[in-house]
Amino acid sequence: MTLLNCLILAFVLFAIGVFGLLTRRHLVGMLISIELMLNAANINFVAFAHFKAADATAGSLFSIFVIAITACEMAVALAILITMYRRHKSLDVNRLEDLHD
Amino acid sequence: MTSLYSYSFLILLLPLLSFAVNGLFLCRKSRKASAAFSVLCAGLAAAYAISVALAFFTNGATPTVAWQFRFLPIVGDFNANIGLLLDPLSVMMLVVVTSIAFFVNIYSIGYMREDMSSGRFFALLSLFAFSMLGLVIATNILQMFVFWELVGVSSYMLIGFWYHKPSAVSASKQAFILTRFADSFFLLGMVLVSYAVKSFDFAALNAVNLKDFASIPLNLGIMVMPASDALTIGAALIFVGGWGKSAMFPMHIWLPNAMEGPTPVSSIIHSATMVVAGVYLVARLFPFMAGAGNTLCIVMVVGAFTAIFAAVIACTQKDIKRILAYSTLSQLGYMMFSLGASRLCDGSINTLGYTASTFHIFTHAFFKCMLFLVAGSLIHQVHTNDLDAMGGLRKKMPFTYIATLIACLAIAGIPPFSGFFSKDEILMTAFQSGHVAVFATGLLTSGLTAFYMFRLFFLAFHGKARSEHTAHAHEDFAMTLPIVCLAVPSLLSGLLAKNIFATKFVPGALPVATAEHLAHATWIPYAAGGMAVLGILIAALFYARPKANIERALDVDNRCKLYKTINHKFYFDEIYYAVVRQFIFRGVAASARFVEDWIIGSLVNATLFVVRKAGALVREAENGYLPFYVGVMIVGVIFWYFVGKLPL
Repeated sequence: MTLLNCLILAFVLFAIGVFGLLTRRHLVGMLISIELMLNAANINFVAFAHFKAADATAGSLFSIFVIAITACEMAVALAILITMYRRHKSLDVNRLEDLHD
Repeated sequence: MTSLYSYSFLILLLPLLSFAVNGLFLCRKSRKASAAFSVLCAGLAAAYAISVALAFFTNGATPTVAWQFRFLPIVGDFNANIGLLLDPLSVMMLVVVTSIAFFVNIYSIGYMREDMSSGRFFALLSLFAFSMLGLVIATNILQMFVFWELVGVSSYMLIGFWYHKPSAVSASKQAFILTRFADSFFLLGMVLVSYAVKSFDFAALNAVNLKDFASIPLNLGIMVMPASDALTIGAALIFVGGWGKSAMFPMHIWLPNAMEGPTPVSSIIHSATMVVAGVYLVARLFPFMAGAGNTLCIVMVVGAFTAIFAAVIACTQKDIKRILAYSTLSQLGYMMFSLGASRLCDGSINTLGYTASTFHIFTHAFFKCMLFLVAGSLIHQVHTNDLDAMGGLRKKMPFTYIATLIACLAIAGIPPFSGFFSKDEILMTAFQSGHVAVFATGLLTSGLTAFYMFRLFFLAFHGKARSEHTAHAHEDFAMTLPIVCLAVPSLLSGLLAKNIFATKFVPGALPVATAEHLAHATWIPYAAGGMAVLGILIAALFYARPKANIERALDVDNRCKLYKTINHKFYFDEIYYAVVRQFIFRGVAASARFVEDWIIGSLVNATLFVVRKAGALVREAENGYLPFYVGVMIVGVIFWYFVGKLPL
């Protein structure tokens, strides 16, 4: 296992996340795609910490931070989704045109 | 006495107080209260002014600055002050302005009785008196200019007092714009002169001797000229301000048109405020003007021409107020040319001209104010300005009749009425100046004055009643009282004040030689009186003879061309109208409109177009599709990474 392998993995994960974000029509799907992208970034953190840094603690700590904050963020996002669902009876992004009003 | 002087600012502040209290509180509450307060303030101011004048003239009449403070420091010692100057001229004007304002206020109680907005009227009248008083007591030319403009503004508001009448509105605009046009020259002259002398004070300006300035170059930015030349130009420019304010030819047209205002306003404008400001300015700067080259010659020519020009027009008018307006123009012409004729052909100064002119301001104020009050009284009873509808008012209004007779005799210059003495001195000045044409003009004008005044007098008071209203005319107490009171100074002011004027009203130290050993023609009083009597007799022949054909006398349609031309005021209103239309509306205004429409307007429109298009482009982007936003974000980041520099 080398740094390059890890970076490729992270890139693939990130690309899948971007692809999902762009193509998913369901808001929950889009949230999951965002989660994928965040995790790709986490992998980068850990990989660089493991292979390049003298002390790997900082990188691992950061990824744990990111995971914790993502959890909070997701809670907020889900709360928004619930209210949106109550309002529109749907979570299809193509039908949320009134976002710009 | 010093305490009397040091509180003399009260003369100025009482009308201001009346303006503030009336304008802010009383005018909406009670018309009676505002009238009473206004009369009270004007009366107190007049009483104070008279006591100051008594103390001043019994104590040697030495010019003093009663108080002064700096309100605008400019550079170093060059300050703009506001002060109160007491010298014979300003004290005389204080008495005239305050007492005339007092009488006009009393009169307005009667005249404005039916007007619902008379509270506003009293407030504005007080403002007018205040601004004229401030002008009169000015210690420096800047203060004078400030109050000068204030006089202009308050006259604008008063002439247009009945703003529902379009003619009043246009008359007020005309008065304001025309005097403002002249004032811009005054401002220029003031800047030029105070820049050369490095002071605004009248004392400094009047002490200027052009010879001291001949070798000093003055940098005007675009050119360098000797300071003495700049001062001469400045003096002429300052006179242009007085030219417009005193409605001298050809800037005279606003004054007759200003008759659209209420009659008390005309009365105060014509006697004590506004129009005499121009004469006062020249008198105040007399030593300066006397030294400044040929400025006084311009003053003389303009004054003499206006005197006869206006007198000729007055002979043919039918509107009673217009006759008086042209008569004022003519009398102002007298005052002006008297000042101008002080300068003899050899450049020396005859101080009699100054004395005569200030004396005429004094005597003229009373009888002219009173004549306008009479005119207002007649208009109030007859409901028209037109002499056509008057006649036979002698029996209906006996007090007014006698008072008017006194005023007419005074303005015609019959001894011992007041106008005789001042007019006699003016003619003497003209005679001594050696300008024969000016003297002849003055003498002829004096005859014409007697003629048109008695034409008015006979047509209004004698003969048969020519209208319904005339038969029911009666005298109103509040309006007759000031008229009768003013008859006293019209009768006596000349006789009593003659010596005071002769001894105290001489200009201060002059920069040029004073003329000595002038011919004292003893026949001039007889000539002047004779001309006046002749004028009266001709008027009586035309209009008061038992068989006089009044219809023919008042007919303006079946007349020769000359009469029609004069009756149409030499078509000056039309000329102005044409000039304004052709030159200002079509020329200046149209080109300004072109610039506005096509250059400024198209710039604005182009900006609008660009902004609107850019806005539309941005608006397209905000379509509400979340994937589109995300896509743009991602594409943007990538684009930024390759094209720009991401701050990573």
